Amino acid sequence: MDSATKTAERLRIQIAATEEQLKNLKGQLADLEAQSLGNSFQNVSVQEELDPVTHEKWPLAAEDYKRYGRQMIVPNIGIQGQLRLKNASVLIVGAGGLGCPAAAYIAGAGVGTIGIVDGDEVETSNLHRQILHSTSKVGMKKVDSAILYLKSLNPNLKYNAHTSHLTPENSQGIVSQYDLVLDCTDHPTSRYLISDICVLLQKPLVSASALRTDGQLIVLNSPPLLAGNEAGGPCYRCVFPKPPPAESVVSCGDGGILGPVVGVMGVLQALEATKLIASGKLTSSGSEEAKKDASMLLFSTNSNPPFRSVRLRSRRPKCFACSAEAGLTLEGLSSGSLDYVLFCGINVPVSILGRDERIEAKEYAKLKTENRTDHLLVDVREKVQFDICSIEGSVNVPFSSFQGSRFKEGDGKQPTWIPQSLPPDAPIYVVCRLGNDSQVVTKRLKESGLNKNGRYIGDIKGGLKSWKEQVDSSWPEY
Amino acid sequence: MSSAEDIPIIVEFTGGLEMLFADERKHKLSVPAKDSKGDAVTVGWLVEYLCDELMRDMRKEMFVLDGHVRPGILVLINDADWELEGEATYALQPNDNILFVSTLHGG
Repeated sequence: MDSATKTAERLRIQIAATEEQLKNLKGQLADLEAQSLGNSFQNVSVQEELDPVTHEKWPLAAEDYKRYGRQMIVPNIGIQGQLRLKNASVLIVGAGGLGCPAAAYIAGAGVGTIGIVDGDEVETSNLHRQILHSTSKVGMKKVDSAILYLKSLNPNLKYNAHTSHLTPENSQGIVSQYDLVLDCTDHPTSRYLISDICVLLQKPLVSASALRTDGQLIVLNSPPLLAGNEAGGPCYRCVFPKPPPAESVVSCGDGGILGPVVGVMGVLQALEATKLIASGKLTSSGSEEAKKDASMLLFSTNSNPPFRSVRLRSRRPKCFACSAEAGLTLEGLSSGSLDYVLFCGINVPVSILGRDERIEAKEYAKLKTENRTDHLLVDVREKVQFDICSIEGSVNVPFSSFQGSRFKEGDGKQPTWIPQSLPPDAPIYVVCRLGNDSQVVTKRLKESGLNKNGRYIGDIKGGLKSWKEQVDSSWPEY
Repeated sequence: MSSAEDIPIIVEFTGGLEMLFADERKHKLSVPAKDSKGDAVTVGWLVEYLCDELMRDMRKEMFVLDGHVRPGILVLINDADWELEGEATYALQPNDNILFVSTLHGG
């Protein structure tokens, strides 16, 4: 980095810090104004004497009273709460299943400045749950699509588009512009990064997640006190000091997600954000009395009751991010010395079979049409997926049933899913969605001794994705 | 002798962990009040017990890793983080509710 770049970087940091201070001062002024307004409501004549040209008679525009009236007359909000919302700025990281509903309600409520961070583009598979996007916007940047929708919902707010993903390098410059952060992302790497930058910049964080039929919500770093102050709210690292093993992390693309499940969690994030802002608890000074245990809200569609709140720990005395012994610094973060991907690990594609244990989809298709040999095709996707589409003649033995079964290696017994009519030396081919699980199963079947009698056992390389690419273009892609 | 009796507890799994336990979220269990050494049974003991007695799935490492509940799983004793209750050393009481929550990451 040459000295000009360094100076520019330093200036950017100074500007961000000064802007932050300015915003803080504006917020304090707005609070004061709102209070004095409340006090002078009885004294209408004073109000009326104000010069209508040089003084704003009312703190909100005429349209705003109509637009926000229904929420302003709720006792917990009031005119003071509405002014706080107007003066607040919220950053929504992720414009997906959580971020879309959260952003819609936050814009609807009149939060003055809304920033959205996402580097992705809209895909058709997003549309069942990501309600700000629409069919005509497939291919568009999610952030642009979201802001287009939000502007039509509420044009009176300031929207900031941050069209690349949050990184350790850009996080300070982006997050420092806002009062409150919503973590609407979908991976542990981003969750640790967002929590860390929120601790460093003293921003409260509303974090949610969802998968299949379940959701979770936590308000972190609230109150957002300096690292080392035990009265501050716990951060993500206090609750989860070690990341989960990469292979235990399931994405919505692999595990599935119901729209209303992730929707309800995003809406709850907007609600928590509105509560924090309207009650004046965004800053450390406004939240001194709010020293109570942190909690996590669990939502489970099929449980009774579906919502359950559990008490969490307070700040962890040796937390890497928010304790007095914290090793986390802004310099360390922005210089990239923290590798979040390395910290959380990555799920590398499975590669445990040799070349001769795998067969290309097109080779299998050829073998099948020529009907050369008697064989068995075992599809190890879960049953719900097998029911959507399957190759004719294949049998379904879900991957999970291999994990759960007592099918012991080398116990000599033939599994029940092998037809009696199958010759003992007939090959077995294993297929799955992408070609990972099929390798694991192939290996297990061989270890169990099923390849005795010279039986060939192998998997279809690249799974049904390759089947679509190489053999059957009509194969449904789900 | 009453101390030798079994104690009834409820163990629940959520966030996908139920898949390791025959897809059942809620298990009503009766566990011995004392372990083999005659000490009161703890949550730490329960974790081992669940692995040995209740879990049919072979993926033990999805629940216990290096002798500890795997990172990313919260243990809640009567709806409170077990770190507030002494973690693995907490002695089980009759009718306790022990909830294991796997964190979700999707969004």
